[in-house]
Amino acid sequence: MCGIVGLLVKKPAWRERLGALMVPMLTGMTERGPDSAGLAVYTEPVADADHKLSLYRGVHAVDWAALVGDLERAISGEHRMFANGNHAVLTSTANPDDIAAWLGKHAPLVAVLAIGRAIDLYKDVGAPAEIAERYRFKHLRGSHLVGHTRMATESAVTPAHAHPFTAGRDFCLVHNGSLSNPHLVRKKLEPLGIAFETDNDTEAACRFFEWRLREGDDLETAVQRGFSELDGFYTFLMGTDRELLIVRDAFACKPAVVAETDDFVAIASEFRSLAHLPDIAHASLFEPKPEEIYSWHI
Amino acid sequence: MAHLTATATAAVRHFDLASETLRELNAYLHREAPLSGVREVHVANPAGAHSVACGLDFGVDVQIHGHVGYYVAGMNKTATVTVHGNAGPGAAENMMSGRVHIKGFASTAAGASAHGGLLVIDGDASLRCGISLKGADIVVGGSVGSFSAFMAQAGRIVVCGDAEDALGDSLYEAVIYVRGSVRSLGADARFEPMQDADHTALAALLRAAGMPHPTAEFKRVASARSLYHWNADADQEY
Repeated sequence: MCGIVGLLVKKPAWRERLGALMVPMLTGMTERGPDSAGLAVYTEPVADADHKLSLYRGVHAVDWAALVGDLERAISGEHRMFANGNHAVLTSTANPDDIAAWLGKHAPLVAVLAIGRAIDLYKDVGAPAEIAERYRFKHLRGSHLVGHTRMATESAVTPAHAHPFTAGRDFCLVHNGSLSNPHLVRKKLEPLGIAFETDNDTEAACRFFEWRLREGDDLETAVQRGFSELDGFYTFLMGTDRELLIVRDAFACKPAVVAETDDFVAIASEFRSLAHLPDIAHASLFEPKPEEIYSWHI
Repeated sequence: MAHLTATATAAVRHFDLASETLRELNAYLHREAPLSGVREVHVANPAGAHSVACGLDFGVDVQIHGHVGYYVAGMNKTATVTVHGNAGPGAAENMMSGRVHIKGFASTAAGASAHGGLLVIDGDASLRCGISLKGADIVVGGSVGSFSAFMAQAGRIVVCGDAEDALGDSLYEAVIYVRGSVRSLGADARFEPMQDADHTALAALLRAAGMPHPTAEFKRVASARSLYHWNADADQEY
């Protein structure tokens, strides 16, 4: 079992409140996912010349300031680091793939959680409320977000196995359910040069969709292909810098509820994570139908 | 009349789940309420809580004002439970008797395995409505999702809207009445002509549920019973 939450605010003024509105949504899904939690938040994009990387050092003693110093000596460009405990967002004019490769070699204890121009990604093990507090989720601002609370059923409880999973630029995915053919998907993708970081089933779905996006599909088309490629139970919630998308498998075994008003679209596994939202009594509420794709753009 | 008014006032209890816990509500409904004179309980701010008014076993009228989560009125016996909102998965699952009324929509597996009583859903019901039904009646004002009435053994399911795929798959003796379109029937389910007894039974169900439709608009779906016995000659692969 797991919990998913998604929120997209329609009016720029609401972007200040994104994190505060979301925290009760995430903690409301604690019973569905008490072992880990994660969140991708889409902010104002960085400048055209920049990218940003969400970095995570876990319990390891990595000196963020020293790391930026080392990076400056190794890769030319302007690097700015905003660190918060074991998490940091690095904004840089350098090629982010070069930075990720350098980190892999020179700072292997640092995980790159996401790369993009709008995405900030946080995930860790622990209760959702602790994680929300650890990373000050209530202060987060942005246009939309994708969150997850995890109750592991098929692979280990580690920060790397927590959701959201990311691939490419500004793409993330969370999953409630379990896939039955992730290894086949992986066998198909690895010969194409697509590397995996974990043995988690959800990562296979994430990398499959991102591969299709790079091949030129739009997200809806990629998801449509997924109906025949991905076998198993799923409610997938995905984010890009412009879009929030939800889809459920043909059997709709895993729950999802959508609430939409003039101000926001909010998605959760259960209504109890939506009950606190402003003017929820007048929201349009529905459950996504099986194999129907629902998406919203900012 | 004076004493009746006084009794009526005293016999209503209000719960607010914003300030009282679900456990307090259910403990009250199980232990205190049957021994008290209270026969009407109102519940405010359910906020999607699970198992609201579960396992009731006496003649109480519970009115829930808002949306509920999993298993509302599960295992209900004798009581009348009305949800003025939507219900999560498994509404009235394993109901034994009484009446459960969902004024909004119901999620998956509404009325699963219910033995008796009446479940009314004014809106749509999601997938697997009435799965393994064992004798209860279900009336859905809207449409039902795929695999509804899967392996339903006894009871009646009335669908005033449409049905998605595999309606009545592996059906036993339950009977389905559908007013709208059926995307596909499940294995061993078939359309059958409406007999006089069907019109009579359906009219009573529609009346009980407060649905206005004439019975002439409905089709009957029941089991062809071809799966009741193993067919050794069938060329089947597993």
